[in-house]
Amino acid sequence: MRWAASLPLSGRIGLALVVFWLLVAIAGPMIAPYPVGRFVDQEVFSPLTGQFWLGSDYLGRDVLSRLIWGARYTVMLAAGAAALAVLAGTSVALFAAIRGGWIDEFISRAMDTLISIPSKIFSLVLVAAFGSSLPLLLLIAALIYIPGNYRIARALAVNLAEMDFVAVARARGEGALHIAWREILPNMIHPLLADMGLRFVFVVLLLSGLSFLGLGVQPPYADLGSLVRENISGLAQGSSAILSPALAIASLTVGANLLIDALKPGGGH
Amino acid sequence: MPGQAANPPAWLGVSRLVAKRVLSALLTLLLVSVVIFVAASLLPGDAAQEVLGQSATAEQVAALRHEMGLDRPAVTRYADWLTSMLRGDPGWSYIAGMSVRDLIGTRLVNTLSLAGVTALVSVVLAMTIGLVSAINRGARLDRALNVVTLSLVAMPEFLIATVFVLIFSVKLVWLPSIAMISEEATWGETLRSCALPVACLAFVVTAQMARLTRAAVADELDRPYVEMARLKGVPLRRIVLFHIMPNAAGPVLNAMALSLSYLMGGALVIETIFSYPGLASLMVNAVTSRDMPLLQACAMVFCAAYLALILIADIVAILANPRLRA
Repeated sequence: MRWAASLPLSGRIGLALVVFWLLVAIAGPMIAPYPVGRFVDQEVFSPLTGQFWLGSDYLGRDVLSRLIWGARYTVMLAAGAAALAVLAGTSVALFAAIRGGWIDEFISRAMDTLISIPSKIFSLVLVAAFGSSLPLLLLIAALIYIPGNYRIARALAVNLAEMDFVAVARARGEGALHIAWREILPNMIHPLLADMGLRFVFVVLLLSGLSFLGLGVQPPYADLGSLVRENISGLAQGSSAILSPALAIASLTVGANLLIDALKPGGGH
Repeated sequence: MPGQAANPPAWLGVSRLVAKRVLSALLTLLLVSVVIFVAASLLPGDAAQEVLGQSATAEQVAALRHEMGLDRPAVTRYADWLTSMLRGDPGWSYIAGMSVRDLIGTRLVNTLSLAGVTALVSVVLAMTIGLVSAINRGARLDRALNVVTLSLVAMPEFLIATVFVLIFSVKLVWLPSIAMISEEATWGETLRSCALPVACLAFVVTAQMARLTRAAVADELDRPYVEMARLKGVPLRRIVLFHIMPNAAGPVLNAMALSLSYLMGGALVIETIFSYPGLASLMVNAVTSRDMPLLQACAMVFCAAYLALILIADIVAILANPRLRA
C-alpha cells in the first residue's frame, strides 16, 4: 500500500485498472449474472436496464456476462502468451550470452530476422498456416514476441556476464546453469518484469485486433475483440454491446501502460 | 600534416557504412523470405486438397499438386518462388483464379497513397506536439501530453475507428463510413471518403511519433551548449527551434521513420473497417480464404516496406552524425 501511494496519480489509476481487470478475469464466472451463451432478452441491442446492466447484444444475450467472459479470455491469453514469450526469450538469451561465440551470433541473427517481420503481418501468416484455436493463438502470440524480449534480455545478460561476481563464480567452478540462474537472472528481474508488462499490452492489442478481423478467437469462445466484431451492426445506434467491450480493451491496455510508465526509473517525470 | 593526405576522404567512410547497412538489410529481407515461405508451407493438409475441397478424387488432387508444383522438393519451390518474386510476378492465385500481380496491382497504389497522406498529416502534428512537450519539459502541459499520447499508443485501432464512425458518420453525418475509390470520383469526393481512414491512422501514428520526437529533443536539453544558451538568456523556445533542432534532426527523422512502420499494422484494421480497397484488406481476405500465394506476396511487400523504413532511419542517423562524417 505504501508502494502504491508512492506512485504518481497516473500510475495509481493504471494500477487500479489493471487490478480491476485481473479480478474480473479471475472471479468472472462467479459474478456473471447470466450464462454466457444464453438468449435472455426478447429485444436485441436493448439499452441499459436494472435487469441487464449493460443491455443486450445482437442476439439478445446479456452484454455484462459476455463482457466478463470476454475479459477472461483476453486477459488469460495475453498473460499466458506474455509469460511464455518472456520465459522462452530470456532462457535463450541467457544461453546465448553465456555460451557466446558463433552460437550467440547465430541465435542473434535469427532473432533479428524474426523481429523485422511486422508483428501483425507475421500473425496473419501464422494464423493462415496453423489456424486459430485458443492454444494456437497463445503460442503464435508468444512466438511473435519472443525476439523482442530476447534482445532486451541478451543485452542485460551480456553486460552482467562481464561483472566481477560472475567471474568469481566461474573461478569457483560453478556450472553454466548456476551462473545463469543464481548469478545473472536475479540481477535482471526488474527490467524483465517491465518488459513482460509491455508484451502483455502488445498481445492484448494483437489478439483483440485479430479477433476483430474475425481471424482470432473463434465461436463459441469470444474475447473482447470478438465482442466488438459480432456487435458491429449496433454501431449505428451507439449500442453498449459494441462500446463496452471496446472501452474494456482500452481501459485494460491504457491502465497497464500508465502503470508501467510510472514504474520506470524516473518515470511519470 | 603528411599523414592526413594518405587518409581516404571522409565521404568514403560514410558510403562504406551506408553500403554495409543496405547489404545487411537485403540479407535480412532474404532471411525473412525464408521464414515467410517456410511458415506458409507448413500448413496442415495440402494446398491442392484445400483448393479442390473434400469431394475431390485422389487423381484430381495429384494432378493439381503436379500443376502447382507441390510434388517438387521444397528447396526448388523456394528458389522458383524467390526468382518469380524478384521478377515482379509472384505466382498464380488458385483461389481467385488470377495472377497475384494483377490482384496486388492497384491495391498497392491505394495503400501507398493512404500511407503517404497519413504520413504527411502525422509528421506535422507530431512535430508540433513533440516540440511543445519538449519546450515545456516537466511542466503541467508536458505531463498532460505524456498521459494523452501514452494512452493513445495503447488504444486498439478499431476503437478509434468505431468512435470516429459513431461521431462523424452516424451522429454528425459529415463523412462517409465507407471509403469508395473510383476513377470517376472527383478529388473532393475522394478526399471526403478517405478523411476518416486517414484520421484514424494518423491518430495512432502521431501519438507514437510525438513521444519519440519529444524523447529525441529532450535528450539534447541537458547538453552543455543548451545550458550555455540558457545562461546567455536565450528563451527556451528559441533554443529548441534554432539550437537543438539542427542537432536533433537525425534522431527526430529516425523517430519518424520508425513510427511510420506502425502504419503497416494499423492499415490492416483500418482498411478492413472502411472497406478501403488497399493491400492490407486484400491480405486479410487472403487469410480468410487461405490463399497462400497471395498471402506470401502481400507479407513480402509489407516486410520489404518495413525494412526500407528501418533502413532509411539507419541511414539518416549515419548521415546526421557529424562524428561519422568527419
